[in-house]
Order: sequence, then structure tokens, then C-alpha cells
Amino acid sequence: MDLTLSDEQQLIVETVRRFVRDEIVPLEADLDPDAGALHPDDHDRLVDKTRKMGFFGLDIPAEFGGPGIDVTTRALMAIEMSQHRAGLYNPCYGTFGGAGLAQLYEATEEQKEQYLYPALRGVKKGCFALTEPSGGSDPARAIQTRGHQDGDEWVLNGAKLYISNADKADFALVFARTSEDPGRNGVTAFIVDTDTPGFHVRRVVHTLRSTHYATELQFEDMRVPAGNVLGEVNHGFAIANDRLSRQRIPYAAGCLGAAIKAQQMAIDWAKSRSTFGSLLAEKQMIQAMIVDNEIDIRHARYTILDAAQKADRGERFRTEAAMAKLVASEASSRVVDRAIQIHGGVGVTKDLPLERWYRELRIRRIGEGPSEVQRLIIGRELLGISAF
Amino acid sequence: MGLRMTTPWRALNDASIGSLPAQLGVYEIADHDQTIVKIGFAGGNEPFGIRTALERELESGGVFFRHEFTHGYLTRWQELLMVYRADHGILPFDNRQDAGSLGRLSPGAA
Repeated sequence: MDLTLSDEQQLIVETVRRFVRDEIVPLEADLDPDAGALHPDDHDRLVDKTRKMGFFGLDIPAEFGGPGIDVTTRALMAIEMSQHRAGLYNPCYGTFGGAGLAQLYEATEEQKEQYLYPALRGVKKGCFALTEPSGGSDPARAIQTRGHQDGDEWVLNGAKLYISNADKADFALVFARTSEDPGRNGVTAFIVDTDTPGFHVRRVVHTLRSTHYATELQFEDMRVPAGNVLGEVNHGFAIANDRLSRQRIPYAAGCLGAAIKAQQMAIDWAKSRSTFGSLLAEKQMIQAMIVDNEIDIRHARYTILDAAQKADRGERFRTEAAMAKLVASEASSRVVDRAIQIHGGVGVTKDLPLERWYRELRIRRIGEGPSEVQRLIIGRELLGISAF
Repeated sequence: MGLRMTTPWRALNDASIGSLPAQLGVYEIADHDQTIVKIGFAGGNEPFGIRTALERELESGGVFFRHEFTHGYLTRWQELLMVYRADHGILPFDNRQDAGSLGRLSPGAA
């Protein structure tokens, strides 16, 4: 695996690094330590900059007007974009734009006109409603939301849990069981306008991520036009699998960015803080933690770039993406934990970003498929036996 | 913790505020009729947490306050605003500028 960056990649990395250092970090000094958004004026000003830089809408495929950045370069950018306090879940506060829901790229042209293109223009917001109170890691079997056809409409009843942004979304991608098949082949994806009668956001679900809540949804005789079925009836899980695997790579890279920043902070602290007559950096136990951090960081970096390069070469990369997500989320959690330990008391205060990364990285080991599911994917590839 | 804040109202004055621990959290300010006029939060930048935030409210004309301590002050604050709007159709008078970033909740009856 060649880890050398091309001249273009090097230039992009340095540009993003400067953007974070000069534009994002100074603004954070005046925000609440748990803030999840910039002042709208600052946000709009920075979006203008990323547009001029040609980086807006990073994850939008080129055929839909995105900048057409390859997966490796996208991962390198994600590593830089997360190196600030809010960077794990709000890299650069969204000033590089979003991609919409990946599944919508597989929609019919009419559905794209109604949902995808407005989402890409920032006119509409969508949310992804898959997980239910009965479970999230095995959604194909856990889904109990039911849909039955009634003429030109489907009628949906059920509940969803831990759904982000449902209270602010204009439409939701809702998965419901539409046949007696108890597994993957009985589930259909629906695009549902959130002002549809019977669509209820029942409550806020508070989490470790104190800047952002999830929600619980309830569907009561919610009628959805048959034209809003996304993909084929009973094959809702077959949509956009490749795009979803691809998303795991920048997700992993975001974890790594926070770890790299935490390691820099730990080294700076260790070289400036004295205890018992010498610098922390001169203590063997501190050096051991910093070395272990570096091993974790490099391990994560290799797995991320390995997955990204395979994706760019057009090779199968699902296993590598799973490994990147698994390694980066777990290794970065260890790095930030050690960085807090090196800092001592100040490490757990809101004066530094470490405590926020510590909390948010705990969620990253569950979001986008928990570590155990990633291990099942990798094990299936190695052994040829599914242990799901 | 329920959806709505149910802690008892206290007089908004120096003595009440001074008795509070310096923790992070959310609060509601009410007028003479105990009508809520503002829902606020004490975030991580407040030097003495909820005490500092409520000291600022002394100038607001509020008469009563109630509070909850929580590290999830941002999400709890948004939740309280959404529940209030679901219950009353509008936001408290002093929160009108907060409508832009707020979601929609249909939490059911109190």
C-alpha cells in the first residue's frame, strides 16, 4: 500500500488544515463547549469560502454536481476536518455541505425531483428512520413497523427509535415490513413527508452527545402514496449498499482526526507540565501512553487508507471498510482516553475538547454499525461462514 | 426527568440564586402569574453555572424561576422549548428569536 500523498492531495490536505485552524477554531472560542452550530452569518460566510475552494458538497457524486473527489482524498480531508471541538459529529460545522441520503441516488427521476435535488440545494432536509425499539443492529429481523397496501397507498403503523433530525426533517426514509418474510426480503423503504397525518415525533432521546438529541417516532395509520416506495417492494435493504459502505470510510477518518489532535495536545502537555521535579514527557509511563497512542493512530490510518484505495481501484472493499470503521472508532477512543489521563484533572473539564471527544467517540463504536457487527462482516469474509 | 419541568417555583432574587450550587443546567423564568416568559440554559462557559445565568435574569423582570441540573443542557433546553410550543402553539415571549433552529414535537397531553 502506497501511503505517499500526491501533490494534489498534499495541497488539499494543507488547504483544509488551514481552514480548520484559521476559520473554525477561532470561532469555537466564543461558542458553548457543547455547541453544534455556528452563528448563521458565520456559517454562510464559510460556505461561500468552501464553494470558492471547490469543496462544497464533498459527498455528492460527480454526476449530481459534486466535486468528484476520490475516496482516498475524501478520507484525508475528513481526517483534517474533524480536528476541532465539534469535529466528530459536526466536521467544520457542515460548511463543506452534506450529501443527502445515499439511498435517494437510486430513486426514480420523479422522486429525485421531489426529494433528492431539493435536499442537495439545501431546500429540504431528510432523515433516516430504520432502528426500532426492538433493535437496531439487526434491523432486517427487528423491524416491526408494518405496511399494507390499500389501493394506491400504503398504510404504515409502528415506531422508530434513536432517529436523528426527524423533528426538523421535511421527509423521512422509513423502513417497514410489508410481507410475511421475517428477514431482509420482507422490508420496503418509503419516502414519507413528515407533515403526513399520522407521522408523530413523540419525544426527544437524550444521549452522551449532549449537543444533539435523537427522537422517537410513532406512525399511526400513516398513508403513503405508492409512488413513494423507494426501490422495489420487499427489497428495501438492497438499496445503495455500496454507497453506504463507502460512507464508513470518512466516518472512520473523522474518528482518527480527533485522535490525532488529542495526541498533539497530549505531547504538548507532557512537554510543558512538570511533576515531581521533571517534565511529564520524561516519565516512562507517560512516554508509554504516547507511544501506544501513536501505534493506535497509525494502525487506524493504514486501515482507512487501505479501504479507501481499494474503493478507488474499483475492488471489493466492504470488509476493508468494516475494518477501518472498527479499528478507527476503537483505537481513537483509546487515544483520547490516554490523552485525558496524561492531562489529569484539566482533561475532564470543558476547558478542553477532550471530554467531548471522549463522550462522542463512545457513540462512534455503536453508530454506523457497532464493533461487533463489523467483526461479523470481517469474520464472514475470512471464514466463508456467516455468524450473524 | 419528565418531558416538562416540574420542579417547584422559587422567588427570583439574590438569596435564592446564591443558594444554588454552581452546576450546569436549564431553567424557566416566570412572571407574577407563573406564566413562563423564558426558557434558558447555563452552559459550559458560565463561570458559576446556573448561578451566573440566573444572575443575568435578575434584570429581566422575571419574578419566579425553577431549574434542573443537567450536563445535557443544550438538548434539554431544546426539548423544553419544543414541548412548550407543542403545548401553547408559540414560544415563551423571550424565546421568540430561538424559533429558527427548533424542531417539531408532538408529545401528547401533559
